[in-house]
Amino acid sequence: MPNDPNERPTLPMSTTLNMAPPLVREQSSAASVLAGVPARLSIQNLDFYYGANRALKSVDLDLPDRKVTAMIGPSGCGKSTLLRVLNRMYDLYPGQRAEGRVMLDGENILDPGLDLNQLRSRVGMVFQKPTPFPMSIYDNIAFGVKLHERLSKSAMDERVEWSLSRAALWGEVKDRLASSATGLSGGQQQRLCIARTIAVRPEVILLDEPTSALDPISTLKVEELIDELKQDFTIAIVTHNMQQAARCADQVAFFYMGEMVEVAAAAQMFTAPKQKRTQDYITGRFG
Amino acid sequence: MSTTTVDTPPVARATGGNSRTGDKLFAGAATASGLFVLVLLGAIIVSLFIGALPAFRAFGPFFLVNANWDPVQEIFGAAVPIFGTVVTSVLALLMAVPLAFGIAFFLTELAPAWMRRPVGTAIELLAAVPSIIFGMWGFFVIVPIMGTYIEPPIIDLLDGVPLLGTLFSGAPFGTGIFTAALILALMVIPFIAATMRDVFLTVPAVYKESAYGLGCTTWEVMRSIVIPFTRVSVVGGIMLGLGRALGETMAVTFVIGNTNRITGSLFGPGNTIASIVALEFPESPAGSLKLSSLLALGFILFAISFIVLAISRFLLKPKAAA
Amino acid sequence: MSATLTITRDRRVAEMLSRRRQRSNAVVKTLCLIATLIGLAFLVSILLTLVLRGAGAIALSTFTHVTKAPGSGGGLLNAIIGSLIQTVVGTAIGTPIGLLAGTYLAEYASGSRLGDVIRFVSDILLSAPSILIGLFVYQLMVAPAGGFSGIAGCVALAVIVIPIVVRTTEDMLRLIPVSLREAAVALGAPKWKSITLICYRAARDGIATGVLLAVARIAGETAPLLFTSLGNLNWSLDLTQPMSSLPVTIYQYAGSAFDDWVQLAWAGALIITMGVLAINVVARLVLRPRS
Repeated sequence: MPNDPNERPTLPMSTTLNMAPPLVREQSSAASVLAGVPARLSIQNLDFYYGANRALKSVDLDLPDRKVTAMIGPSGCGKSTLLRVLNRMYDLYPGQRAEGRVMLDGENILDPGLDLNQLRSRVGMVFQKPTPFPMSIYDNIAFGVKLHERLSKSAMDERVEWSLSRAALWGEVKDRLASSATGLSGGQQQRLCIARTIAVRPEVILLDEPTSALDPISTLKVEELIDELKQDFTIAIVTHNMQQAARCADQVAFFYMGEMVEVAAAAQMFTAPKQKRTQDYITGRFG
Repeated sequence: MSTTTVDTPPVARATGGNSRTGDKLFAGAATASGLFVLVLLGAIIVSLFIGALPAFRAFGPFFLVNANWDPVQEIFGAAVPIFGTVVTSVLALLMAVPLAFGIAFFLTELAPAWMRRPVGTAIELLAAVPSIIFGMWGFFVIVPIMGTYIEPPIIDLLDGVPLLGTLFSGAPFGTGIFTAALILALMVIPFIAATMRDVFLTVPAVYKESAYGLGCTTWEVMRSIVIPFTRVSVVGGIMLGLGRALGETMAVTFVIGNTNRITGSLFGPGNTIASIVALEFPESPAGSLKLSSLLALGFILFAISFIVLAISRFLLKPKAAA
Repeated sequence: MSATLTITRDRRVAEMLSRRRQRSNAVVKTLCLIATLIGLAFLVSILLTLVLRGAGAIALSTFTHVTKAPGSGGGLLNAIIGSLIQTVVGTAIGTPIGLLAGTYLAEYASGSRLGDVIRFVSDILLSAPSILIGLFVYQLMVAPAGGFSGIAGCVALAVIVIPIVVRTTEDMLRLIPVSLREAAVALGAPKWKSITLICYRAARDGIATGVLLAVARIAGETAPLLFTSLGNLNWSLDLTQPMSSLPVTIYQYAGSAFDDWVQLAWAGALIITMGVLAINVVARLVLRPRS
């Protein structure tokens, strides 16, 4: 039972305690939909452009601290684009730009002077297809950690074990940490990528359709993992799968044509959406 | 993870300074290396031109058309080597293109699947054989065969026939323009065949399938679908082979006969720019007009090769990008 | 009635056409097969000639003695070592420059004008006559220094290595999926680390193939060495002095009038060809990128 708290290996206090920086209560513009939960990250009046094409229109959204926010909507609605704004992945591509504010710890991450590498260590991302690096399982985890911290060998060993355990992969790979990560199954690879992301100990984890390339059993494992990880991390997940959003998310945001149509607690979103477009989409999908 | 609290001190993160410096350094080194390649070509052109200046000054444009190469009177002209270079290369292409096409067609459409890889590799290995080996083999194996079995009957057969008789006349030494072209053909076949094979493979299967669906034979599909589809790239591949043939040195030096004379017979001896440079260089003291003339020949060879290779690349580009 | 007649006539025409088409198809197929056989026959002929003439000429002394005057024995030791040194140093100089320039083209110059120009220039260099590179290095290093030198030979070979490595590096880096780069960046890796630690590693086999092919190419080069390292009949490891090499020694010996020198030329030819072909086979079969 990887989810049993008693079996979860713990790290020395220093590592475990420093999980997240103190929460700066963001001045959110959107009404909080989860009563009493402060926002970890607050998107305010965000516009996004691919060249002249406006892909996001005045989006306001809060990611509540240590909750799962699911972003749903038809293809091309802007949900993946939004995710790629949150760690400035779009900076890789000339001609893409964002306007507005995305507040994290009292800092606007769209600020041009921001250190992007540091931002990305605070906002981790897992992609649609598993992206194991062409190196050993151990080195995959250590790669990200080494970018931001200097650890002794034993501390690194501990970190690797901790993150693999948190990603519910330790039991499967502990005897072959030195073998190539590309030899793992698709589901294992994706959990490895999650482990690699949490090993850096970000505050926010972005999941871009993390299960769309996986079989149902692997999907189930990753979903369990998301549920488990939200104890420590603020999570945003883009998904095409309505049931997945319902199962995993605390808060659901529905996007359509670059606009955020509605955001609500998961239970409310799927039972009593306020907007007609939301209702059409949800019911259409459910048949 | 109940031990985690929200109100703990922030994780110490490495500052961005290092990574930004690293990024700048690496980008700088990469860009500098890229520019270095550019500078390299420029330096080759400039150094050859500077070396050639005394010869260009002494002979002017007449250098290009003068057929003399007279070290005693210090009169040098480029006409014979330029002629030899162009004739051997063009003749080599005439022999190489049909063979290369046949090989490429065989490898893409005819050969059973298990055969394609080993045969393709063998043909590619032919391109890997050092040119000096082609020269030795040509000199010791091909030249005697040409001189004994090939040239005499052809000379006899065509004797007295207008034009062809002159083209294939003279003493059957075995060496000469024709033999050089034959060896060159052999050397460029792998390049042309490999390019043709690669561009043939870019034809979308659906085009070929629809032609087969109409009842076309393999050859008809090749002739009416594959070749029209890839015509431009095929010419590009041929130009690439031409670029190779123009500058080939060692193999030609062994078999061309090395005479600075235009005989009018393909069996007669001759020279090429590359062969005369290789042969005459040791007897050209630094600073002499002869050395300058050799560098001028080099400059001319570079100009010809550059044009041919640039055309080749231009023709190959659109398909390569697709 | 008339309909049946038409069909019969059509079939006869069709059969005649079909026979003719099948015949031309068979003729072309046969010609292509012959073309391939001719190509292979020449390769076999070259290899057979080398083995028949070279194998008998190779003796232990070929590898233990340096080149000597005709009739006094001697081997190719200095030529073999000289070739090894110049090939290794040439590769060592050319590879990093080619690797970085290829990286520039793949990672920094996408869509840029300068990148297009550099790519074009590199492709020209890739096919430029190697004898001109020899002349260039002669003008650059030998003439100003007043003498031929092993290091000039190394530089000439390095100039040949660079465009080969540029091409394979760029091609291999472009094969790496965007998702792998994004994953590295998403962990907070700066660009240079995502290139050197992730992309190079993912492209390792392909780049190694390119470097090996470059080694094979320069190991057999003669023309660029004629004007740079010149050749040296004596034992010398000094890079500032003329240096022997297998191809140049073969060139000098094969055209000589002395039978024992010609024998050594065949021995050298067999050694260099087998070495070059072996590297090629290794590069193609063992390190071939998974496709």
